[in-house]
Amino acid sequence: MNSSSFVAIDDINKQELLDLLERTRYFEEHPNSKILDGRVVATLFFEPSTRTRLSFETAVNRLGGRVIGFSDASTSSTSKGETLKDTIKMVSNYADIIVMRHFLEGAAQYATEVTDVPIVNAGDGANQHPSQTLLDLYSILKTQGRLEGLVITMVGDLKYGRTVHSLLMAMRHFKPVFNFVSSPELRMPEEYIRLCDREGIEYHEYTDFSKEVIDSSDIIYMTRVQRERFSDIMEYERVKNLYTLRNAMLDGSKPTVRILHPLPRVNEINTDVDDNPKAYYFEQARNGVFARQAILTRALGIDPLKL
Amino acid sequence: MRNDKKELAVAALRNGTVIDHIPTEALFRVVRILGIEEMSTSVTIGYNLESHRFGRKGIIKVADVEFAEDVLNRIAIVAPTAMVNIIRDYEVVEKRPVTLPDELTGIVRCTNPKCITNNEPMHTRFRVTDRDTITVRCLYCNHVYRGDEIEIER
Ligand SMILES: [Zn+2]
Repeated sequence: MNSSSFVAIDDINKQELLDLLERTRYFEEHPNSKILDGRVVATLFFEPSTRTRLSFETAVNRLGGRVIGFSDASTSSTSKGETLKDTIKMVSNYADIIVMRHFLEGAAQYATEVTDVPIVNAGDGANQHPSQTLLDLYSILKTQGRLEGLVITMVGDLKYGRTVHSLLMAMRHFKPVFNFVSSPELRMPEEYIRLCDREGIEYHEYTDFSKEVIDSSDIIYMTRVQRERFSDIMEYERVKNLYTLRNAMLDGSKPTVRILHPLPRVNEINTDVDDNPKAYYFEQARNGVFARQAILTRALGIDPLKL
Repeated sequence: MRNDKKELAVAALRNGTVIDHIPTEALFRVVRILGIEEMSTSVTIGYNLESHRFGRKGIIKVADVEFAEDVLNRIAIVAPTAMVNIIRDYEVVEKRPVTLPDELTGIVRCTNPKCITNNEPMHTRFRVTDRDTITVRCLYCNHVYRGDEIEIER
C-alpha cells in the first residue's frame, strides 16, 4: 500500500499518533495559511456525510488548497456501474490526494492498492473512521492536558460503535483505565476485551451507568444506541433510557471530567447537559478541522512545523 | 513407509500427488481449494476411510500433477493435519506436512456482504491471526473467522 495513506488508526503507531496530535495543535494555533496552495484535494463521498465532508473541505480551504469531488454517489459514475478501481484511477490523474467515504467496508484500503496517490479514509461503512479518532484523541489531550493514565468511560453501543473501538485502539498506547458501560446485548466485543487482557490494560464492564462510574471518570464518551441494533425490540425499549446522561448525574463528578460524543446525538445526552462546562461535544467537532489539517499535510508529506 | 505402500495401493499412482490424513469433514473443502473440479487428469477421492489417527479420514490422489507448494499449503486452512506425498514412478519421493501461510490471497471468502471484496472484481486477502485455532481476519473489512466459519472461494 502507498505508505502515506491514512486508512485505519491501528496502522498508526504511538510516535505517529503523537506527531499527528502535535500537528493538530499547530493547526489550532494557525488554522489559516497557504501551505496547500496549488494542491488539489479530491473528496469522494460515495456515501453522503455532510458533517465529515464540510470538515475536510474546511480544512483544505483554510490551508489554501482546492477541492474537487462529489458529495453523493448518485451524481458520480459509480451509479453507471463503474468499479471503485476505475473511479480511483481516474481521479488519481487530477488530484494530489484523495479523501474518500464509502458505504463498503475496506473500500479505502482497496483504493490504496490501485493508486499511488495518498488515500485518506473518511469512513468506510461500519469499519474505520480514523479522522474521528484523531479528533477524539486531540479533544482528550486538550481537555486533560495529558493522555497517560486516564479513566475513560465508554457508554452505549459498544458492540457496533466503531468510534469506541478505534478510540480504544488509539488509547491503548497510554495506559488507560477503561469503563465499558452497556446493556449485555451491546457489550464490547470479545476481541477488544482480549486485547486489553493481552496488553495488560485495566478495564471494568458495567451494565449500570452508576454514580460511582461517573464520579471516577476523566472522560465520558457517549454513543448512540440505535433501535435497529436490537434483535428484540422490547429489550431496546427497556434499555434505551438507561444510558442517557442527564445534568444531575454529573453532580459528584470530577471538575475536570469532559463529556464527548461523536455526534449527531439523539437522546443519549439530555439537552440540560449542554450548558454544563463539562459538556465538550460541540468543541470536539470543531477540533475535527484541525485534526483533518494534520492528516492531510502528513499524507502529502508537508511538515508545517518546518516551513 | 510400509504403511504408505498399503494405503497408496488402493489406486496405485505412477506419477502425481497424494494428499493423505485429511479430516473427513474437511475433504470436500480441500477438493475445492485444489480446484479439482476443473482438472482433466484422473483423480481418486477416498471418503470416510479408516484411520488409526482420526478414526475416519479422507484421501485425494491426483495423477500426473505436482501442485505448487503455495497451493498445497492453502489446504492447511481446513486440514492442518494433511500430509502431502509426491509420487514419481510409483515411489514416494517426498512426504511433508502442509504449513499455514501468514497471508491468504484469493482462497477464503469474506461472508460480510458489505465487504469491498464482495462488490469489486478483486481477490480477497486474509491474515492468519491465530494458528492454533485457525483464525483469519479480512484485510479489508476486518471481519474475523475461526475454524468452521472459514468459507472457501468459488
Ligand atoms: Zn471482508
